[in-house]
Amino acid sequence: MARKSKVDTFSSGAPAGDALVWLSSLGLAVGLFMITMILAVIIWQGLTAFWPREVAEVTVRADSEFTINGAQTFSGEIVHYKTRQDYTKDNKTEVEELQLYVGNRDVYGFSFFYVDVDDIIKIEKPADIMSIEREEYGKAIARPVSLHIKGETSVSADSLEFDDRLRALMDTVAERRDEIHDIEKVEIGRINRKMESIRLSRRRMEREGHTDSEKYRKLVDADAGLQGDYETLAAEAGALRDLQFEHELEVMLLTGEVRRMPLGKLINYRYPNQLRVIDKCVAFAHNMVSFILNDPREANTEGGIFPAIFGTFVMTIFMSLLVTPFGVVSAIYLSEYAKPGLMVRMVRIAVNNLAGVPSIVFGVFGLGFFVYFVGASIDQLFFSDTLPTPTFGTGGMLWASFTLALMTVPVVIVATEEGLLAVPRGMREGGLACGASKWQCIQRIVLPAAAPGILTGMVLAMARGAGEVAPLMLVGVVKLAPTLPLNTTWPYFHFEQKFMHLGFHIYDLGFQSPDSEAAKPMVFATALLLIILVVAMNLVAIYVRERLRRKYAVSAV
Amino acid sequence: MKSVNHAVDLDNRYDAGNGVVSTLPSRDKMTIFDSEGGSMEAQRDSIRPEAETASAATGRQQDSAVISIRNFNFYYGNKHTLMDVNLNVPEREIVAFIGPSGCGKSTLLRSINRMNDLIEDIRQEGDIRINGRSVFDPNLDVIALRKRVGMVFQKSNPFPKSIFENVVFGLRVAGRIRKDELEAAAERSLRAAALWDEVSDRLHSSALGLSGGQMQRLCIARAIANEPEIILMDEPCSALDPVATSKIEEMILVLKKDFTIVIVTHNMQQASRISDRTAFFYLGKLIEFDTTEKIFSNPNTRQTEDYISGRFG
Ligand SMILES: Nc1ncnc2c1ncn2[C@@H]1O[C@H](COP(=O)(O)OP(=O)(O)OP(=O)(O)O)[C@@H](O)[C@H]1O
Ligand SMILES: [Mg+2]
Repeated sequence: MARKSKVDTFSSGAPAGDALVWLSSLGLAVGLFMITMILAVIIWQGLTAFWPREVAEVTVRADSEFTINGAQTFSGEIVHYKTRQDYTKDNKTEVEELQLYVGNRDVYGFSFFYVDVDDIIKIEKPADIMSIEREEYGKAIARPVSLHIKGETSVSADSLEFDDRLRALMDTVAERRDEIHDIEKVEIGRINRKMESIRLSRRRMEREGHTDSEKYRKLVDADAGLQGDYETLAAEAGALRDLQFEHELEVMLLTGEVRRMPLGKLINYRYPNQLRVIDKCVAFAHNMVSFILNDPREANTEGGIFPAIFGTFVMTIFMSLLVTPFGVVSAIYLSEYAKPGLMVRMVRIAVNNLAGVPSIVFGVFGLGFFVYFVGASIDQLFFSDTLPTPTFGTGGMLWASFTLALMTVPVVIVATEEGLLAVPRGMREGGLACGASKWQCIQRIVLPAAAPGILTGMVLAMARGAGEVAPLMLVGVVKLAPTLPLNTTWPYFHFEQKFMHLGFHIYDLGFQSPDSEAAKPMVFATALLLIILVVAMNLVAIYVRERLRRKYAVSAV
Repeated sequence: MKSVNHAVDLDNRYDAGNGVVSTLPSRDKMTIFDSEGGSMEAQRDSIRPEAETASAATGRQQDSAVISIRNFNFYYGNKHTLMDVNLNVPEREIVAFIGPSGCGKSTLLRSINRMNDLIEDIRQEGDIRINGRSVFDPNLDVIALRKRVGMVFQKSNPFPKSIFENVVFGLRVAGRIRKDELEAAAERSLRAAALWDEVSDRLHSSALGLSGGQMQRLCIARAIANEPEIILMDEPCSALDPVATSKIEEMILVLKKDFTIVIVTHNMQQASRISDRTAFFYLGKLIEFDTTEKIFSNPNTRQTEDYISGRFG
């Protein structure tokens, strides 16, 4: 009898435990599943954005309402098939339709086109269709007709030399485009900055009434000299620009229109239906690299996102450099020096709650305090010459980093405090017994031993800061920044300037761009890059932490 | 926090002029109290205390008490942990503290170099004097005191640094940075702690890779490197096997030539093997303090006899 009851207690205990185990593992499984799904979607959609798609030539029934400019034959990249609810017909409510990227926005006025699958009578993939990437209006999808080379007769697309000539001319055009960019962005930019500083000096002297001094005359002369330089360079750039329009490519759209496009406006061309798998891989890699390394074009919906990657990277690093010392110092004071009591407990609760404040609130605070108060004061004191144009009194890299640092400081404080608490008491006593002062003990023994905890805090802060968008919109992120925050112009760091950010870029592409359908692949690709960037930065921090952990491994004794 | 009773007989000043030759550089007894005083070298050359010259002049023949504990009471909050302890530790002797667990041995030891300062809500009465000066003197430089009174803990606590950096830690925090000086000190201390031969080829690898016994000897070397005059050891062998224990015991016997050592131990054989005098504590009271020979052969009290013969404890 006694034996039986013992067995009962055992058997009644086990299932309850099992249920809890199942429940908790289910929770984990659901969480993991959702994370995997979102990652899979982003990775898949992000990567397919770079994969070159084939172009279909679609012909619809004669009585179909789906025509472009009256033409029943048109072409476009097949984006996908989807179903649409149709309320106009009584019997059938679901219609399958095909979404095409037809390009040629300059001619059609749109770049996506939907056709009901039932209306299509023929889909072909002719090899001679050309897909041309342009500086403006997205891609052109058309059949090449001929190449008009200045001073020569035109070369027909059927002739054997057509491709070689086109390729060669495109290369010269691309080189010239770089040259123009150099002159306009770099050299003229430099002259503009010099002229601006001369203008400021002149204004200062005029205000102080030194207009008849030797120095002032020199400034005037220098200004005139620069003006001359500027005009020479501008003329040079203008001449180069004119050359870009010399040769033209004549194409015929599948809807019948004939167009001539100056080569200077074209960036790249392909015959998408002729690509073998290996060519597609090369094109894929090329697309991806140019997406990462190029500047954006056309309201960010085309081109690359390099400035945004760079801005995010620099801002996150700078923010971490600000937040870590601040958080570590606070944590040291809280857990090592402050007398434990009500006050410290309140501070700790406040710090923890700070982590729960909506980030936009930090943005508002950053705008009000850093930008309008600190920044404007700095402008008053040191940059009064340029006023009313603000220097620090407007959003910028510096204030964005400060704002995010403020937002992430609780994370660092909490993690550092945990790291400090984990340092065994014996180690501190050993240090004191050797004749070290309290600060020496903290600095030489406790902090190194707590370094992994500090780095954990930094990782968390970076992860939170890098993905934040809302506060940045108030304190310094812009859709398009003219220069990078870190460049070759003295003083190299331009932390007062506005910058681009991947998170904001996603928002901007997805919700603010004129053609959000066209931008969708870019949104996913940008999101993918943001994730990769954050993960990469975290991996570096984790690697450092593991090295430190091995170095300062706390004794297991 | 503490109310210190300074009303202690000042006649009990020690006599240190007994001319024992040290193998370590000469150390002056009173330097810990020169809290404002210059470099280490300057401190060492400071004038010998008048107590010493006075006693040398009078030629008093009494035990030279380096540590003298007078009417010492200790409270953790309201808990009276040490009651009226009176004890003199003579120079260059080994004094063993024995007694059942919880009787206050560690507490007393930690009071000597003021490690109890770290603990909240304690109260100390009476006085502990080192070379005649109270360790509770508000003008005393605690850091200098701890440099002169080294401590080895029950649980070895090497720092998460290299072996070399562990040994020279005390010198580094004292601001000494000359490499040759540090290296010489490290070698001397490691040799004194009988660890040199085992680690000389890996001085710059992590101290946490050492065995438990090696770590404990490293902690002893770390205490020696500061050139203290007193070393307090709280059960240094409690976590070690007999081989490591005997190594440390041998080392302690060698160190005795240069240092005054107070050692807490639960091992009666160890106390009888290495110590010159033994103090037996029971429930916060010092029951008996005499030469080790006397305590182990013919103790005065019944409690001591019972404890030593293992009848309780
Ligand atoms: N930090 C503390 N706060 C409160 N009471 C303490 C504290 N440390 C020690 N005590 C108490 O003081 C008494 C003496 O402790 P102590 O550590 O000095 O004993 P011990 O003789 O060293 O014992 P053991 O041989 O086990 O190390 C014990 O009753 C202990 O519970
Ligand atoms: Mg103890």
